Amino acid sequence: MLQAIADIVRLNGAEKHFGAVRALNGVDFHVGAGECVGLVGHNGAGKSTLMHMVAGTLRPDGGQIAVRGNAETSYSVARALELGIRCVFQELSLCPNLSVAENTRINHPSLTGLGWRRRAADLIRAKLDEIFPDHGISADDIAGDLSIGRRQMVEVARAFTLTREPLHLVILDEPTSSLDAHTAGQLLSFVRRFVGQGGSCILISHVLGEVLQNADRIVVMRDGKVVAADAASAFDRDRLVAAMGGAEGHRKAPVEARKAEAGALRVRARPARQEDGKELVARAGEIIGLAGLAGHGQTDLLLAIFSAAARARAGIEVTAPVALVAGDRQSDGIFAQWSIAQNIGIRSLARLRNGLLISPRREAELAEFWKQKIGIRTPDMNNNIFSLSGGNQQKALFARALGSDAEIVLMDDPMRGVDIGTKLEVYDLVREEAAKGRTFLWYTTETEELDNCDHVYVFKNGRIVANLRRDELTEEKIIQSSFGDAA
Amino acid sequence: MLRGLLPALSLALVLIAIAWLNPRAISYFGFNLMLNLAIPIALATIAQMFVIAGNELDLSIGTFVGFVGCVTATWLRDAPLGGILVLLGAIGVYALLGALIHLRNLPSIVVTLGMSFVWQGLAVLVLPKPGGKAPDWLLAIMSFKPPYVPFPILAALVIAIVVHFGLMRTSYGVILRGSGGNAAALRRAGWSLLKTKIALFALTGLFGVLSGMALIGITTSADANIGNGYTLLSIAGVILGGGEFVGGRVSPIGAVLGALTLALAASPLLTFMHIPPDWQVAANGAILIIVLAARVLISRRER
Repeated sequence: MLQAIADIVRLNGAEKHFGAVRALNGVDFHVGAGECVGLVGHNGAGKSTLMHMVAGTLRPDGGQIAVRGNAETSYSVARALELGIRCVFQELSLCPNLSVAENTRINHPSLTGLGWRRRAADLIRAKLDEIFPDHGISADDIAGDLSIGRRQMVEVARAFTLTREPLHLVILDEPTSSLDAHTAGQLLSFVRRFVGQGGSCILISHVLGEVLQNADRIVVMRDGKVVAADAASAFDRDRLVAAMGGAEGHRKAPVEARKAEAGALRVRARPARQEDGKELVARAGEIIGLAGLAGHGQTDLLLAIFSAAARARAGIEVTAPVALVAGDRQSDGIFAQWSIAQNIGIRSLARLRNGLLISPRREAELAEFWKQKIGIRTPDMNNNIFSLSGGNQQKALFARALGSDAEIVLMDDPMRGVDIGTKLEVYDLVREEAAKGRTFLWYTTETEELDNCDHVYVFKNGRIVANLRRDELTEEKIIQSSFGDAA
Repeated sequence: MLRGLLPALSLALVLIAIAWLNPRAISYFGFNLMLNLAIPIALATIAQMFVIAGNELDLSIGTFVGFVGCVTATWLRDAPLGGILVLLGAIGVYALLGALIHLRNLPSIVVTLGMSFVWQGLAVLVLPKPGGKAPDWLLAIMSFKPPYVPFPILAALVIAIVVHFGLMRTSYGVILRGSGGNAAALRRAGWSLLKTKIALFALTGLFGVLSGMALIGITTSADANIGNGYTLLSIAGVILGGGEFVGGRVSPIGAVLGALTLALAASPLLTFMHIPPDWQVAANGAILIIVLAARVLISRRER
């Protein structure tokens, strides 16, 4: 009985169906007061669906939900907020046309009347200062003008702001997916302070290290069911991966003996703000990493290279066709109204053409080939792209780039929010394609991914500050270069 | 930054061109004459701006203004109580349209296109042939001559400031704009999208009524087709004023400036340029294309 009262939220036998798909299949789940629960599983395992239920945005088709020991019969978002349960959703949910302060107002019905703008601005500024001391965000900034990392910082900070409603439980769904290592660390240590003061947290992350280090208890989901739940200390990385299933034995040593001879020059580029002679050089068959803190010019350089392929630009030399895999999938990658097949085919229209029209047969063949090759999980490639889970959408974007004639593939942190199984499959594919002579320029915020690269350029303030070969690549070196004084 | 100033810049450009072509037009009397129809256009533009703020479009605003004009020139003069009830009812119909569009997930273009014929038909029923007369109090308001500042400019200022405060500064205005920016985020924060949609459409109806009344206060009598040009004028005014069709990005001050620019460019400027009336509509379109192209170029540069 005591146990039940100490619970913030408890779900018994929660079920949810989407048409024929069983997203949740009788899940028992609870979070206690002053507890950080880590929730892991592949994309499509049901984590997000479960969290939508806790946050009140989805109604369960079966089972009960109880908050602080009281059964809730008509649970809704408004009720959840009243009870102090909030959620930071994986898809960014700021209004891009509103300022940071105005976005804060949306979550606080009590911010009205005279002077609400100033109160909202003070509220969010104080919280940003507390969580991310050197954030550099102004309360008047329009959300849509901020980088994706900063938008995520605002969203996280907003969830912890306090007015009239209480705050007991915050659900963080992939909160660090667009943050660099430094800000992610700031956020996670704040979460620990919050939990230390008696708050509760649900932490969903594909970065298993984050979950292992910060959660008190870890719940593993697979195929709409909870398959393991135990204290975090009882898990290690291997046991987690094994419980999630699917990815065991996949992780072979990434370091293979790579050919040392230099291939043909593919890209030579100097960032616009580079003052010394450093430049990025990529040859055929190479995987080049772009590292450093988020938003320090890596994306800008990729976009510059992309446009240089179409029209000559000073300081950038590109010798082969280019394709880009976007990082901000929803705004830069996906054609929302189109099918999966159409989304894949768009980069290869010249080859799919039959006379003046696109040949549906060739488009279907291309899509089917990549469905098999990259393992896109769907019954029909003619379904809308949004019928796929996030990770599978990203696979479709990879298929778009790899299925094209591009010899150079630019990757703008494409793996954010993608589950580990998908990641490992894509890593293998990238290495395989590189071995065939393709060149990859890979910007990533996850240091682990740099292990796949032949060498790594570290960026700071829009400049290249270091060029590390694979054998000299360590996390310390990257952090050192990203924080050190630019030479 | 430059982009925010573009509505003011284009208005200034039109004014400079007029001053250069005919310096005498830049006077108290000249502005009164040139901006004669600017008030109803500005009000119709504001009406359109509210639906655009919620990612919808109102293709019926022109015939709605015409319908309101016909009611104003007949019932509102002869039977004020009945007239007021009809106009309030019309705003209610707009609110219901908002609810219908939200609940049935219908495209607003289709619904309002259909409604444009309904309003047109009702206008013809109310006033089968041109005529009627505006109520005296309305005539008195619209022929008000304040000292120093021409009335249309004063009215434009008041409209811009009131709507700017209401939509851009109040806490519920944030919610209304947010519904156009990211409706899902708003729903997750516990707000009712049905209410925001109803509020936006009701505001459109309210400003449509004000526009029709202002128009009849100036023209003194009505005609069932009097407002037909306002649909496209109002959309152009919103876009000219820096608004965007989707994403909840609108600006009341910009919309009023856009309406003034259109009102000036529509006939005074072209008449001073000795462009024959037959070509004025086309010339108007050309001005619109030039300004909108400049806007796209500037925002691309700033990105």
